[in-house]
Amino acid sequence: MADSLSLKTRTTILNLPRHRAPAIEVQDLSLWYGTFQALHDVTLTIKSGIVTALIGPSGCGKSTLLRSCNRINERLGYVSTTGTVKVLGHDVYGPEASAIQVRRHVGMVFQRPNPLPLSIRDNVLFSHRLHAERKATRAEEEAMLEQALREVLLWDRVKDRLDRKATVLSLEEQQKLCIARLLPTKPSVLLMDEPCSALDPEATRAVENLIWDLRGHYSILIVTHNMAQARRASDECVFMLMGRVVEHSETEDMFVAPQKPETSEYIEGRFG
Amino acid sequence: MAANAYPPTAPPGQPAWAAALDTRNSAWWQDLVMRVVVMAGGISAILFIVAIFGFIASQGIEFIVHRLDLGALLTGVRWEPTVEPPSYGALPLIAGTAFITLVAMAIAVPLAFGAAVYVGEFARGKQREWLKIGIELLAAIPSVVWGVIGLHVMKPVIQDLFGVQVGLNVLNAGIILGLMAAPIMATIAEDALKAVPDTYREAAESLGATKWQVVWKVVLPHARPGLSAAVLLGIGRAFGETIAVLMASGHRLMIPESIFDSAATLTATIAAELGEAAVGGDHYQVLFVLGMLLFVITFAINLTADWIVRGRRRQA
Repeated sequence: MADSLSLKTRTTILNLPRHRAPAIEVQDLSLWYGTFQALHDVTLTIKSGIVTALIGPSGCGKSTLLRSCNRINERLGYVSTTGTVKVLGHDVYGPEASAIQVRRHVGMVFQRPNPLPLSIRDNVLFSHRLHAERKATRAEEEAMLEQALREVLLWDRVKDRLDRKATVLSLEEQQKLCIARLLPTKPSVLLMDEPCSALDPEATRAVENLIWDLRGHYSILIVTHNMAQARRASDECVFMLMGRVVEHSETEDMFVAPQKPETSEYIEGRFG
Repeated sequence: MAANAYPPTAPPGQPAWAAALDTRNSAWWQDLVMRVVVMAGGISAILFIVAIFGFIASQGIEFIVHRLDLGALLTGVRWEPTVEPPSYGALPLIAGTAFITLVAMAIAVPLAFGAAVYVGEFARGKQREWLKIGIELLAAIPSVVWGVIGLHVMKPVIQDLFGVQVGLNVLNAGIILGLMAAPIMATIAEDALKAVPDTYREAAESLGATKWQVVWKVVLPHARPGLSAAVLLGIGRAFGETIAVLMASGHRLMIPESIFDSAATLTATIAAELGEAAVGGDHYQVLFVLGMLLFVITFAINLTADWIVRGRRRQA
C-alpha cells in the first residue's frame, strides 16, 4: 500500500496537458490470426499524457490490441485487420502509412527485456541512427545517449561501460535500457507489454517508478496481468474479455466501483 | 538361464521384489547389444580418420624419411614426374588449387549468403520450403555432372564471352567449384541465421528498422561466427573436389598467371597420375605426400571452422 500511495501522491504534482488530442483512437478494430478472430470491433480512445493499463485474463486480446498500435503484429504474416487505429490523428493502417514510420513514433517495450546484442551505446542510439535524416555528430550522439540514460536513471550505473554488451546487464537494467533506447527518436506513445513480468519485486518497483516518471512526457499504454500493478501505476484502466473491451474508466473507479459484473468478478479474482 | 526366469523366485528369507531387482531380462540384453552397436557406429568416424591417415602416411613414408626435401616440394615450380631426371615441384599445383579456390569463393560467398538471407529472412511459407528443397537437391548433384557442365557448357561460353583461346581454365573451374560449394555453404549459413533469436529481429523491427536493416545491422553481425564457418567449409569443399576441377581446369601443370590460364590442382594431379605411377616408386610416394598435404590442409580448415563455432557458443 505504501507503494501505491507514493505513486499516486505524485499524480497531483504533475501538471498534465489535458488539452492534447487523444494519443490513440481505435475504431471498430477487428483482427484475425489466420481464421481465429482475436479482436471484435474494438473501439477505444487512449488519452494523451497518462498511463492507461490494459487488463484482462490470458488470451483476451490485450497484447494483440497493444501490438496492433505499432503494427508489430504484422511480423507474423498471417494477420488480417479491419477498422482503424489512429495515433495522434494519423491512421497507422492507412494506405500511405508505413509501419517503419509508425514505429518511430510509437515505441514498444516487451515482456522479456530484449536489448540488441550490441553495446549499450549502440542500443540507445540504434533507432536514432536508423531514422536521422543527417548523421549525428559524435558530440550530439553522446548528448543524446546521456540524456536517454539519465531519463531512465541508468546513467550513473552504466556510464563507465557504455561499450560493453548490453546483454551483460541485469534484467532490470536491460529493461530500463529498452525504454531508454526508445527516447532519442522522441516518440509520442510508449507501448509496454507486461514490462515487469520477467523482473523480481525490487526491479518491478524500480521500473514501475520509472514508468510513472515518464508519464506526462509520453502517453503510455501498458498491458499487465498484475492487478495491483494496474491499480497503483495507471490513471485509466481498460478491461478486456474475449477480444472485446468490457469497461474503460479511471483506475480508481474501476477498482472501487466497477460498472460491469464481469469486471468486478475479474478484479476480485474469481476468474483469469 | 535360471537367473532370467520370470517371475523370479525369491531365495528363502527374502521378499520377491529383492530377486526381481537382479533380473536380466530381454530388455536388459537388448539395451546392452544396442549400446555396443551404436557405439561402434559413433567411434567409427574417428577410427576411419586415423586409419586413412595411417594408410596415406605408410604409402609415402619411405620417401618422406629418405628423400623428401619439403622446401623443394613446396616451392619447386616444375612438376615433371616422368621426365628424366624427374622434378617434383608442387608449387604449380598449390598455386592452381589456391587460385581456383579463391575464384570459387568469390562466386560462392555472395551466392550462398544471398540465398541464405533470402530463404532465412525474407521468403515465407511454401516458397521457403521449395527453395530449401532446391538448395538441397543442388548439393546432391554428382560432381562429374558439374565437370561435364564445365567441359561442354562453360567452355564455349567463356571462349565466346571473353574471346580467349582456352575455355578450360581457372575461371571455368572456379565457377564450377563455386556453384558446387554454394549449396552446402548456403545451408550452413542459413542454420547460422536461424540460430539468431527472433527476439532480436522483433526488437529491431519495433524500433523502426526495415527488414534489410534488421538483417544488416543485427542478424548478420550476430551470425558472423556461423557464417565464417560456412565459408571455411566451402573452402574445404572446393579444396578437396577432384573430378569436376580435373575436367574444367584444363589440367596444365604450370603456375597460372591469369584466370584465363589453364591450371592443375593437387587433387586432380593425384587422380590423374596415381594410376600410371609405379606402385612404391618415388612418383607414387610423392603423390601420397601430396595427399597428406591435402589432408592436413582440409583438417586444419575444418578444425578452425569448428573452433570458431564452439568459441561462439561458449561466449553466448
